[in-house]
Amino acid sequence: MLKYILPLGLFIGLLILLGVGLTLNPREVPSPLVGKPAPGFQLTRLDNAEQPVSEEIFQGRVTLFNVWSSWCTACRQEHPVLMDLARRGEVTLIGLNYKDSRAAARSVLEHSGNPYRLSAFDADGKVGIDWGVYGVPETFVIDRHGIVRYKHIGPVTAQIWEEKLAPLVRYLEKQS
Amino acid sequence: MTFTLPSLFLALFLNLLIAPAWAGIEVREFPDPRLEARYQDLIEELRCLVCQNQSLADSKADLAEDLRDEVYTMLMAGKDDREIIDFLVNRYGDFVLYRPPVKTTTALLWFGPFIALLGGIFILWFLTRKRRPETPSALSEEERRRLDSLLKDRQDNP
Repeated sequence: MLKYILPLGLFIGLLILLGVGLTLNPREVPSPLVGKPAPGFQLTRLDNAEQPVSEEIFQGRVTLFNVWSSWCTACRQEHPVLMDLARRGEVTLIGLNYKDSRAAARSVLEHSGNPYRLSAFDADGKVGIDWGVYGVPETFVIDRHGIVRYKHIGPVTAQIWEEKLAPLVRYLEKQS
Repeated sequence: MTFTLPSLFLALFLNLLIAPAWAGIEVREFPDPRLEARYQDLIEELRCLVCQNQSLADSKADLAEDLRDEVYTMLMAGKDDREIIDFLVNRYGDFVLYRPPVKTTTALLWFGPFIALLGGIFILWFLTRKRRPETPSALSEEERRRLDSLLKDRQDNP
């Protein structure tokens, strides 16, 4: 009896292991930043090279910190979703314009709308490295104390907003 | 030594195949060959997060280039290997290491193969154990007597 159960059990075990392995997304590398204060930075605003922006921008409100670029195709895909969130006033969006040119980035916002309260301009991607950015777009959820609470890799879709980000944002907003 | 035309073409073709592996990697200056060796070791130990199955040394991804820059800058600033690796782990997590530390989350990665090996050995042992021929049971008194008589018969009448 065991002679049949043993291989069958092994086969099922292997099936489960492969099933889990294949459905995990290897692109979603867990961020070591979650639970820690937002990494500090000193940048300028995308729309104004004179005006500084630092991580203090996160104090006092729940923020989606969205890393984007004019050269990034997936950013174009998520752009309408972000526009929609901004229009409905669901959450404050701050952009990190990553390895871009000011002119190209500004032209994107002029043509398709600007969902961000403001974007910080990270020309050489150094701040991106501090934030562990490895694929644009990436979106961080930051609570009102400036603590990173979640990182989403890849474009924000309506479904991701509804299922993952919105519940967390609402929960964080209820907290003092 | 002479080259035939086909072999020359083959050599050219093979060269084209391997060319992309190094084409994108920038040339760096080191004041000391030991520093260069450390640099090479570090970028081979670190994983490119964009391509995931390439090291920083192999990858042509933009981010890999930026991270090689960071490693180079830190090396030149006199940082030791530990500090450089910590810098990257703090930002990208253990995933950036090709040899992640032993932790509860990486235990399966480290010990899984040995567990599988032990399991395999156990199963082999379990399956072969049953196939061993059973040891004949001792003869009963009567069988012994019959055997003796049979043997005796053979000795008496060869």
